[in-house]
Parts: sequence; C-alpha cells; structure tokens
Amino acid sequence: MLLMIFINLLQVAVVMLLSPLAVGILNRWKERLAGKKGPSIFQTYRDIWKLFHKDQIISDQSSWVFRAAPYIYFAAPILVTLLIPVLTSYPLFFAFVGDMIGGGFVLAMGGFFFTLAAIDAANPYGAMGASRTRMVGFLAEPVFMVVFFTVCFVANSTIPYIVQQQWVHPITNFFSPAHILICTAFFMLILAETGKIPVDNPSGHFELAMIDESKSLEFSGAGAALMKWAGCMKFFVLLCILMNVLVAPWGLASKVSAVQIALAIPLIFLKLLVAVGAITIVEASLAKLRLFRITAFLGLAFVIAVAAVLTRMIAI
Amino acid sequence: MISHPHHWLDQFIWLTSGLFLLCSFGLIAAAQVLGCLRVYVMQSALLTISVLLLAARYASTDLLAVAGIDIAAKIILIPWLLRRTARRAMIQRRELQLIISVPMSLLIALALTILAYYITAPLCHGQPQVIRAELPIGFAAVFIAIYTITIRREALPQMLGLLAIENGAFFASIVVAPTFPLIGEVAAAFDVLMVVLTLGVLSRRIHHISGSTEVGLLAELQED
Repeated sequence: MLLMIFINLLQVAVVMLLSPLAVGILNRWKERLAGKKGPSIFQTYRDIWKLFHKDQIISDQSSWVFRAAPYIYFAAPILVTLLIPVLTSYPLFFAFVGDMIGGGFVLAMGGFFFTLAAIDAANPYGAMGASRTRMVGFLAEPVFMVVFFTVCFVANSTIPYIVQQQWVHPITNFFSPAHILICTAFFMLILAETGKIPVDNPSGHFELAMIDESKSLEFSGAGAALMKWAGCMKFFVLLCILMNVLVAPWGLASKVSAVQIALAIPLIFLKLLVAVGAITIVEASLAKLRLFRITAFLGLAFVIAVAAVLTRMIAI
Repeated sequence: MISHPHHWLDQFIWLTSGLFLLCSFGLIAAAQVLGCLRVYVMQSALLTISVLLLAARYASTDLLAVAGIDIAAKIILIPWLLRRTARRAMIQRRELQLIISVPMSLLIALALTILAYYITAPLCHGQPQVIRAELPIGFAAVFIAIYTITIRREALPQMLGLLAIENGAFFASIVVAPTFPLIGEVAAAFDVLMVVLTLGVLSRRIHHISGSTEVGLLAELQED
C-alpha cells in the first residue's frame, strides 16, 4: 500500500514538473507555425523561476481571499492528479476517493477562488475577466455533465481508472461514434476551459479582449508564479484526462514495476504532445470568436455530447 | 430482439453515421458561406465512405458505382459548379444571419434528432445493426437540413441545405435498399447537378439585381 501511495505521489511530481514544459512546447509550436522563431520550450520554467524571486505586492484593500487564492488554485490540480490515471492503468491509493465529477468540482473550486480573488483586488479588468470566465464556465458546465453522463452510460462507472479500460475492452468500443463524439466534445471543453484560441486568446495583451489573462493581472511575485504554474498543471491534467481516460488508454504501466513506470513517463508525455499538436493546429488556424459567439461554440459541444448519448442508445 | 450475425465493418459504418450526424449540426453552426460548403463536402465525403463500407459489407458492385457517382457529383462537381456560378457570394467573408440564434437552433436540431430516433424506432426494431445505426441518422439529417433551409436567410446556404436533404435521404436509403437499381442513383445524381446549376445561376441573377444573395431582404416587390 505504501508503494501505491508512493506511485500516486510520483504522479503528482510528474504533473508538477512536466506541465510547464507542455505549455512551453505549445507556445513554441504555435509561434513556429506562425512563421516566427518562438520562445524556448523551457521559457515557462524561467518565467515561474523569475516570478518566485520577485517581491510580492498585495493591495492593502484586499482581503484574505486574495492571499489564499493562489494556494487554493495551486492545490486544486494536484488533488485532481491523485484521482486520475497519469502513469498507471491500475487504480492507485487515492483512486476511489473521488470520481470524474468530483475532480471537476475540485477544479471548479480552484477556478472559483481565482475568480473571487480577481474581483477582490478591485481592478476593473479583473472583475470583467472574472465575469467572462464565469460566463464561459456556466456554458461549459452542462457539456461537462453530459460528457460524464455518457461516460457513465458506457462504462457504468465514473471512476477514471475503470472508464479508460472500457474504450478498448472490447476494441470495437474504440470505434463507436459515442467515443469519438465524446472526445470531440471534451476537446472543445478543454479549449474553452484553458482559454485557448476560439474562446480566448492566451497571448493577447489587450485588456478589453482578455478573458483568462486579465484575472491574474493583480498578482505578483510568488502569487503570480503559483497562478502560472497552476494554470500549466490544470492544462496538463485536463490533457491527461483527455488522452489517458477518454482517447486512448495505451502506454500506461500495467504492472507495479519500476521499469514500466519509468517507461510510462516519456510515453505519456509523447501522448500529450499529440494533444498539444492538435491544440496548436486549432490555435494557429482559427480566429478568436466574438464574446457572444462563444455560446455557439459551447452549444455545439453540448449538442455533440448529447448526440453521443443518442447514438449510444442503439448500442449493439 | 433477433440477433444478427455481426460483421466487423458494422462498427465503422456506425462510426461514419455518427460523424455524418455531426456534419448536419455543422451545417447549422457554420458562420460563412464557404464554411457551409466545406461542411457539405465533408458530409458528402462521409456519405461516400459509408457507401464504400456498405459495398464491402454486401459485396455489391452497384454500391461501388454509386460511390463513384457520389465522388464525381458531390465532392468534385458541385463545389466546382458553385464556385463558378456563385463566385462573388462564395468568397464574401460576411457572417451569415440566422432567424433563430445558433445555440437555440442547435438545441432545436437536437430535438429533431431525438424525433428522428423516436419515429424510426418501430422501423428499426429487430433489424440488423447497420440499419439501426444509419436509418435514424439519415432521417435526422433530412430534418436538420429542412430546418437549416427555414432559418437561413441567404440563397447559397439554403441551396446547400437542399442538397443536404438529398444527402440525408440517400444516407437512409442506401442502407434500407442496398440493391436499389443503379439507374435510379444515376438519375438522382444528375438531378442534383441540374438543381445546383439552376440555383447557382438564379442566385447569380439575384446577386446581380439586388447586390446581395440575402433572400431575407427580398420581402417586398419593386416596381420600375
């Protein structure tokens, strides 16, 4: 059992250490695709390092929420990492503490405190970004729910370790329309939740058009570093759920052996790179939607998720 | 329920039908004329793939010929004809207007899909899985395409809606009657081409006279 706890904590370490790299690669590829040189793939590490060494300035008008938010936001993806399969295909120590819906709630809690903190500092752009994030959030919520319902319907479980086996046993499940439609809907959700291009422009520095970025404007020093790092981890964790639980559960360690687990780390990272590549292509080829077109984007995701349930009804 | 021998291709036919349904939704959500055309071509491509899979499943050469006609007519000729006859309306990067907003329309389309499943349920009962997979989605595609025509205010997307109805009907029919005489398919494909040509020329005239293909604007008579 101690071993299971150890592997579980190893998962957390992998997510913490590799997530800035995934974001760095995304930024690099995006710039390369736009014909520019692009920053180094390790730039995100440097940014976080730099921010940790800067002074933190906190407005004396802000309350405890502003001070606590970075830690809560940072803890949320770590908690979710304990619940999902990152390296192994067998359940680990904390696997049955919460299911996919529980993980969604934990992430939502982090987002909630981030939003509160953005309003707390009384920066006008913070409140604007916060209310927009909430708008995207409540549009994304029904899609999340329907995706989880469909997963529940297919796998008779919402524990991610059990769900991931369902898509390949039997292998025909992998090619069922429900599977493909759910993956599409979840991919669209990731774009919306992590502020990627059709919904939000992560590299835009124009305050009026910002959604996600404007919330962290008031943070500085260690707080900003934690926020940035937590954003990377959230992105990494969501991609892990997409690739390991929904798209393809291959490449995970199936036995409790050091070799398999050591091998799983690069394999998982390679798998995530595929998802990062897909996001790069989406980001490079689409334009940001107007704010009120976001409802259409997430409406489409919702309809796709419900269509997955519908096609599942005529299951073999 | 009667059990039928399960063919390994059935799974892929089922998958194509799911993606086909997705394209029907895309026809509503597409914001520009070119986007509509791309979605239509994608839908036609999925239809062709489905025909090819069915041809392999039933070992039918007729269906292979149908797939050939599909590729020639729907994937190559129709986009080419539309680009030629309605070039100006096609390349305008104007956002299309819908009478009912996109999210609302998508929900209505979803309701239409459920309706399609509901009314085809008695037909599908006890049928092999290919029919249960394709028939409701063919019906749903027809309903959604009709709905698209009613909410679009522009000539070209309406025309693509009309063509999508044909796609949906075709999708439902190939699985119910895979041995349908080839001559019928040839006639249908030729008909569609004629429709595209006629409507393309018509929309070009509309564009020439009123400066736009927004038929929503053509609500009153002009005398001169």
